[in-house]
Amino acid sequence: MALLSVEHVTKRFGGVVAVEDVSLGVESGQIAGLIGPNGAGKTTLFNLITGLYRPDSGEIAFEGETLLRTPPHRIVRRGVARTFQNVELFPTMTVLENVLVGRHSRGERPASELLGELGLDAVAQRRTGSLPFGTMKRVELARALASGPRLLLLDEPAGGLGHEEVDELGALISRIRSSFDLTVLLVEHHMNLVMGVADRVHVLDFGRKIAEGPPAEVQRNPVVIEAYLGSERPQHATA
Amino acid sequence: MLVGVDWAGVAQQVVAGLSSGGTYATLAVALVLIYRATGVVNFAQGELAMFSTFVAWTLTRHGFAYWPAFLVTVLASFAGGIALERAVIRPVERASVLTIAIVTIGLFFIVNGAAFWIWSPEVKSMPNAFSTRPIRIGGVAFAISDLGIIGVSLLAVLLLWLFFRFTKLGLAMRAAALNPESSRLTGIRVSWTIALGWGLATALGAVAGLMAAPPLGSFDQNFMQPILLYAFAGAVLGGIDSALGAVIGSLALGVFLNLLGTYVSWVGTDLRQAAALAVILGVLLVRPAGLFGKLAVRRV
Repeated sequence: MALLSVEHVTKRFGGVVAVEDVSLGVESGQIAGLIGPNGAGKTTLFNLITGLYRPDSGEIAFEGETLLRTPPHRIVRRGVARTFQNVELFPTMTVLENVLVGRHSRGERPASELLGELGLDAVAQRRTGSLPFGTMKRVELARALASGPRLLLLDEPAGGLGHEEVDELGALISRIRSSFDLTVLLVEHHMNLVMGVADRVHVLDFGRKIAEGPPAEVQRNPVVIEAYLGSERPQHATA
Repeated sequence: MLVGVDWAGVAQQVVAGLSSGGTYATLAVALVLIYRATGVVNFAQGELAMFSTFVAWTLTRHGFAYWPAFLVTVLASFAGGIALERAVIRPVERASVLTIAIVTIGLFFIVNGAAFWIWSPEVKSMPNAFSTRPIRIGGVAFAISDLGIIGVSLLAVLLLWLFFRFTKLGLAMRAAALNPESSRLTGIRVSWTIALGWGLATALGAVAGLMAAPPLGSFDQNFMQPILLYAFAGAVLGGIDSALGAVIGSLALGVFLNLLGTYVSWVGTDLRQAAALAVILGVLLVRPAGLFGKLAVRRV
């Protein structure tokens, strides 16, 4: 049985269908990638899983039990934690305080251990608002890990990072998967990262799931190639 | 030119100013607390403090000495503030800042009216919190009550700071104020942290009211209104989003107004409120973020 299962989930905003009849399962211990062009519904799906939005129809279950009746502040106690696309930290707090907030409801690991694991020892007493973007992303990751999640949702962790930082991030994600005994669902634009770390990749386009499979197979899938190239075609036409 | 200055007199007036300023500071920190948590100035803060003071006054009429009445009232105000938030603010917590501000203005009139209804309009007087004897320090006589009020105000603010800085609950409240959505996903019940903020602010207001009332000699249900104005001016001077700024701004304002009233004969006591308004206006024109605040930059 999948650790996380999303079944026939639909979410509309007014007349716009953001996510349409999407189903996917993430097995325990897996790193699953969720890819798709801009506006494909990836972040919406994350917000549905973490309870910030409620689906219009469909079911989302974690460890075989529905997540849909769990309010956002209890999701973390069920064992689901996430990071955000634009980094949602507490900017005037120190790095250590941010991690301590992460331990609010389930303090599984000492904050000092987490800071060490993510290479944040040296900046523990610095205010997060003054740190480089890449470091802020690691702080957010540390805060998410502080609750001792079983499922970690990462929303574009490589966004805004340089090439070297992306390579390090890939290694970091693989490392924390084993050291924290995690299952990871990863939204990412950065193909190299996804193809490098994911065991399985799910592809969304215009709110619908168009493909699923091992990374190498998805990369060769003509429907996926069409979705990515198709969205860029107008630019080529004018060039 | 300095020969004619009575330095002992100036020192006395500065301490008296710090004493009033301490009261403003306590109320100003209450304002900052709710502003930081919800982005709203609680216009009812002064009236809630007045209500608490009247509760304490009733206790002193039923055999309580000042300090037991103080303690009971501060605790009851904490509980009352939480209950009030649940009853009045929570139903509009997702509404705009303007809506919530108007609710607090409504609360101002309701609390004021209720106090007149419960406790008749005739003036009351409170027993003194501190000895009325003077104390001589370096040859200058200071009022013990002034020093006591400064001490209690600073202690109240210090305790609050320790709470926010060193407790898990305080950390959660700061997180909720900074980023509610992110806080929810770390398991914090943001709505309750706001209620707790109202409880703490109302308790602080009770301290302010109970420090302010005895020196007045007599007071009625409107006695906190000028103090709210001074607290607001102090908070704006220091930066409405900075608790430390609000304390420093309020103390500075207390000293400034007291010296102004003493040494500038035509100001006297009548123009004190006008001077406070002039400070608010001046700060908003020259340095809108206040001395210690951060200017909110909004993308439009």
